[in-house]
Amino acid sequence: MQVSKSFKRVIFLELAIPIALLLLGIYHGLMQTIYRSGAIQQTSVAKLDYYQGLTLHGVINAIVLTTFFAVALGHVTMTYYLKKEPNKKLMWLSFWFMLIGTVMAAWAMIAGKASVLYTFYPPLKAHPLFYLGTALIIVGSWFPFFDWSRMYMKWKKVNPTTKTPLAVLGTLINFIIWFTCTLAVAYEVLVLLIPWSMGWTKTVNVNLARTLFWFFGHALVYFWLLPAYIMFYTVLPKVAGGKLYSDLAGRVALFLFLLFSIPVGVHHQYSDPTITQGVKFFHGLITYGVAIPSFITAFTLAASLEYAGRKNGAKGLFGWMVKLPWFNEDKFLFSYFIGGLILFIFGGVTGIVNASYSLNSVIHNTAWMPGHFHMTVAGPVFLGIVGMSLYIYSKMSGKKIFWPKLNTIIPYLWVIGMLIFSFGMSWGGLRGEPRRTNLGTTYLNPDSELFRSDWVPTTLLAMLGGIIMFTAGMMYIIIFFGTILRKKSQEGILEIPVSEAYHDEKRVPLFDKFKPWIVTMIIIILLAYIPALLNVNKNSGPGSPRYNIDNPLPIEASK
Amino acid sequence: MVMDKIERRVIMASLVLMGLFVFSLLYAKNKYKSNVPECLPYDKAYTEPKINKIDEKTYEVFSVASMWQFQPSEIYIPVGSEVDFYLTSKDVVHGFNISDKNINMMAVFGAINKTTVTFDKPGVYDIVCHEYCGVGHQNMRAQVIVNYPDAK
Repeated sequence: MQVSKSFKRVIFLELAIPIALLLLGIYHGLMQTIYRSGAIQQTSVAKLDYYQGLTLHGVINAIVLTTFFAVALGHVTMTYYLKKEPNKKLMWLSFWFMLIGTVMAAWAMIAGKASVLYTFYPPLKAHPLFYLGTALIIVGSWFPFFDWSRMYMKWKKVNPTTKTPLAVLGTLINFIIWFTCTLAVAYEVLVLLIPWSMGWTKTVNVNLARTLFWFFGHALVYFWLLPAYIMFYTVLPKVAGGKLYSDLAGRVALFLFLLFSIPVGVHHQYSDPTITQGVKFFHGLITYGVAIPSFITAFTLAASLEYAGRKNGAKGLFGWMVKLPWFNEDKFLFSYFIGGLILFIFGGVTGIVNASYSLNSVIHNTAWMPGHFHMTVAGPVFLGIVGMSLYIYSKMSGKKIFWPKLNTIIPYLWVIGMLIFSFGMSWGGLRGEPRRTNLGTTYLNPDSELFRSDWVPTTLLAMLGGIIMFTAGMMYIIIFFGTILRKKSQEGILEIPVSEAYHDEKRVPLFDKFKPWIVTMIIIILLAYIPALLNVNKNSGPGSPRYNIDNPLPIEASK
Repeated sequence: MVMDKIERRVIMASLVLMGLFVFSLLYAKNKYKSNVPECLPYDKAYTEPKINKIDEKTYEVFSVASMWQFQPSEIYIPVGSEVDFYLTSKDVVHGFNISDKNINMMAVFGAINKTTVTFDKPGVYDIVCHEYCGVGHQNMRAQVIVNYPDAK
């Protein structure tokens, strides 16, 4: 469909800015693996410190890229399915909020005033602009959600008995989760942390801040994941040459995510004080609940791909796997999506280990953790984002992909690198190798009395994987910006592949309205979080003053 | 429901699988006493580093994490000792991981964490800080020394 210039411009900027920033984000990813392996034994390279680089890596890749893309894909989806553009002013307002927030946070990080990692746990203090920048990115992503809700209600009035398109349903569900969970982190940042970092309040309750962060923190991973799920359900089957196995299964899965994404945050705090074992176990159970929609998705997608393979002429039990467009230049989205799905098998299994209560004690905060979440957020999420960004850009600008053959190979190279990296990290984690640690200066330095020889092979594997992924990442950036630099060869239009359903079930009213689900969501959240917050309130001692990263004395005492 | 028959079966199968996982967790919890850390109300008494010998085979360790050390930094105990670790932080958040024993706790300012562990085999067990705690994070390690030749 035709779209306005202004719409195109917002989308182009929202796709291209984070991909340009990826240069910095991916560079620091590679550097982590080199520092950790002991190949270099120093605290900084090119004036950027290890922990500063780690903060940049996390914030750029996991907050900036994912949020910009979720907003851009939301705009594209709502516009394409409802055949109406969102409010222009709000689109631009949201873009500027997110951009200014990114610039603020980037300045604080690059100036070395916010090396507190992307979880920004107090009482390590960052520059107030770091907190404010993050808050602006989040608030900026709220505006489109309000506008899309308005668009949807208008559409629903005209089409009361038509099934809401699956992609629209997914977009709205994702942003309901996002809006709800970010309320907690907005409270943490605006009420607890900014006044404290400015010195207006003396202390902060660290346990409360952590609990609020994880109210947000686990739902955040679904905010990363759901855009990928939406693309897997509504785009992938079409690209593969088939149909979505079941439309209703997609709806059930999405609504289950709405119910269970938020009230599970305490499973990140199994090792924390102040929260009782009972509350932790309850959150663990609900976390198992959130695995169900992922199982449903795995089945539905596999069935959809089998259908596609057979339609492409496959025979026998497994023949359909061969008859998929693995290296098809015109269907390059398939390569990106299937690469992500392969990684997600391992990402999902390791995730269930993490959720499993006492089993978590084996791997909490070890290298296993990044080993796990790189197979989710840097697997289906990242590959989905970069693949779709390229697709939307190319269609909407009317430009052909630069170097299309290489483009179909990149995702597989990434998968190979990631599997090697994650194998090394998981193995190291089981041997107690800590995450977020500049291992090279001590634990991986043979001259140090802290040297651990059993972490040599694990960190070397991680570095090998890191080098391969860095290569794939840079190739992608060349292709993306190479495409931007090409001349327009056809008219630019907004177009995304739309999968038909193989089982296109009748409209079930319950799975086509939000109210009952939102009410249930709120009830489960209250059941899960009121006890947790009461625990924190009862068992916490004094609040903590501010600390800089380089001084064991509080800032007030060291002045 | 209007769902496909195979699909319903798959959903049932995943429900059964998750049920099996829950059962295994509860079973392990009872049989091997595997659990997550215990939760204690804040008490200032635990903020002074200390090793208390209760009897020959029972110890209490009040471990205090700070930028960038654990106190006590060396804990000497005989084989077969059961140790209650009480953990807190003097400043920022720290981690406390004894990998071969699957002991995993966060040290948080204004909070007390607790877990119990038995050391059945002699050896030197590293306690590694696994939460980022500032520029010296990678130096932060303590050790539990179980019946080492030079044991005090």
